[in-house]
Amino acid sequence: MSVASHFSYWVTILLMVAGLYIVIARGNLVKKLIGLSIFQTSVYLLYIAPGKLIGGTAPIVSPAFKVYSNPLPHVLILTAIVVGVATLALGLALVVRIHEEYGSIEEDEILAADSAGGDDE
Amino acid sequence: MTFAHLPALEVVVPLIAAPLTVLIRRSTAAWAIAAAACTFSFVAALLLAADVAAHGPISYHIGSWAPPWGIEYRVDALSAFVLVLVSGMATVVVPYAWRSIAAELPRDQVYLYYTMSCLCLAGLLGMTITGDAFNLFVFMEIGSLSSYVLIALGRDRRAQYASYQYLVLGTIGATFYVIGIGILYLATGTLNIADLAQRLQQVENLRPVLAGLAFITVGVSLKLALFPLHLWLPNAYTYAPSAVTAFLAATATKVSVYVLLRFYFTVFGLHLVAERLPMKEILLVLSIIAIVSASLVALYQSDLKRLFAYSSVAQIGYITLGTSLASRDGLIAAVVHLFNHGITKGALFLLLGGVALRAGRAGLDRVRGLGRAMPLTSLGIVIAGLSLIGVPGTAGFVSKWYLVLAAIEAGSWWLAAFVVATSLIAVAYVWRFVEAAYLCEPDARTPEPGEAPLVMLLPAWLLVAACVYFGFDTSYTVEGARRAALLLLGASQ
Repeated sequence: MSVASHFSYWVTILLMVAGLYIVIARGNLVKKLIGLSIFQTSVYLLYIAPGKLIGGTAPIVSPAFKVYSNPLPHVLILTAIVVGVATLALGLALVVRIHEEYGSIEEDEILAADSAGGDDE
Repeated sequence: MTFAHLPALEVVVPLIAAPLTVLIRRSTAAWAIAAAACTFSFVAALLLAADVAAHGPISYHIGSWAPPWGIEYRVDALSAFVLVLVSGMATVVVPYAWRSIAAELPRDQVYLYYTMSCLCLAGLLGMTITGDAFNLFVFMEIGSLSSYVLIALGRDRRAQYASYQYLVLGTIGATFYVIGIGILYLATGTLNIADLAQRLQQVENLRPVLAGLAFITVGVSLKLALFPLHLWLPNAYTYAPSAVTAFLAATATKVSVYVLLRFYFTVFGLHLVAERLPMKEILLVLSIIAIVSASLVALYQSDLKRLFAYSSVAQIGYITLGTSLASRDGLIAAVVHLFNHGITKGALFLLLGGVALRAGRAGLDRVRGLGRAMPLTSLGIVIAGLSLIGVPGTAGFVSKWYLVLAAIEAGSWWLAAFVVATSLIAVAYVWRFVEAAYLCEPDARTPEPGEAPLVMLLPAWLLVAACVYFGFDTSYTVEGARRAALLLLGASQ
């Protein structure tokens, strides 16, 4: 149970917490999306790392090999990466629209602009 | 032969309709495609529900790969019930959207609304029908990403920011869910929900499983807007186009409740959820705070859409309250309220869309004397409001009745009293509309006398009529919910 034997988990947790922290702590909308991406990326590692067996090969049955790596996590994460890319693209598109409307991508300036604007229309 | 593939077609038809609308681009053709797809899903859902009621659960193997290796679509009493609600609401909203979206969106963007609503429908139906935990995540993201776009279509610039906030929180929620699934996959080696439930029984080291349970709870709670994770909801509902608000309020959070029920009772089972972790107590406390705080906040809103958005947070509290009791009547209350609140809120937001169309926006200052200017719309809002309160003779009463029964059965009289007492806060916020619409004189900001267009009024009144109908004839809703509750409790034994 040494730190080294769980290396991939430590990296996963570090990325996860760092990403989530950036989302919460930063007011810049683009930086928030960067944090969100890091947070999502940590999940890719959570799935992929345990799928690999040291000395294992691709799961193509052959008498020459005894140990195979699990291919399923790769397939799952391929899907999750697509989801992540779509989320990031949509998020950035929204930030572009917000910048057009408000002239700013800082959270506090946007909130200030809205509360100053009043409730009309 | 076709009937055998109905579970797949239920999801695939709206999924294929979405790119078709983009290819064709003409708003009339896009509307026709969306209407056909929604109607097909609704008919398919009704057929599936009838089949399940007659012959028991349906298991459909995608690509003929047998579960647990292949992805399984599973329709049982609970998922059939939710499928009917979601596809039915989509079908009701489509004719409404014809006028409402044309009035709210630039002409060249109208087809995009139909693209996104088809995708959103496919995502929500997929979440409900799938028997695979990871597949559920993919559908959750299909539904969520399209709903972010739908919200951002709102005319107000605040819609953009509301959509961005929802995107960030929604993605965190979905990622928490997928972390939870990852942990369960590491512990059991399977993703099929039924298989997962079986293998979890044999897991000896429960610590990672409980961590997975915690991650899934937080993730799904963000999606269903459980207090204190509801902060995305009021802005998103307020600034989205009217048709979008009505559809999302009636379906999106309900499907997330379904996912929570599915994981708590089918996958983990009560012995993990209730005995190893204090999930029942946590849900109970959060539900109570949600009901009280959101109802009180709703009292002080000047925008009717925002008022009823906060009321949604409170009503979701009643659903989770029923869930937290984890008894037969509690679950009946939760599942029935999921349906009843869906049609009630759908009706309210559809009618408010008509008010917004005629008055510019659905503010309390715009509805003075509305009882005379738009009598049918006002009457509809009042009837749906009564259903929200839970007055006898409306659908809302049925759910509150079972909730009170469940509370008494659990031996907590204070909880029964609490349910009745908090309904009074609902009386207060519905009264604010009644007072403005019927007791105030019309002024310059009240719209000219005249109803919303008939294509908008009819779908809304259809739901209002459903609110009253399901208050008297409970054979479909309560029986459906009873079967679902027995299924959930049977699975968790």
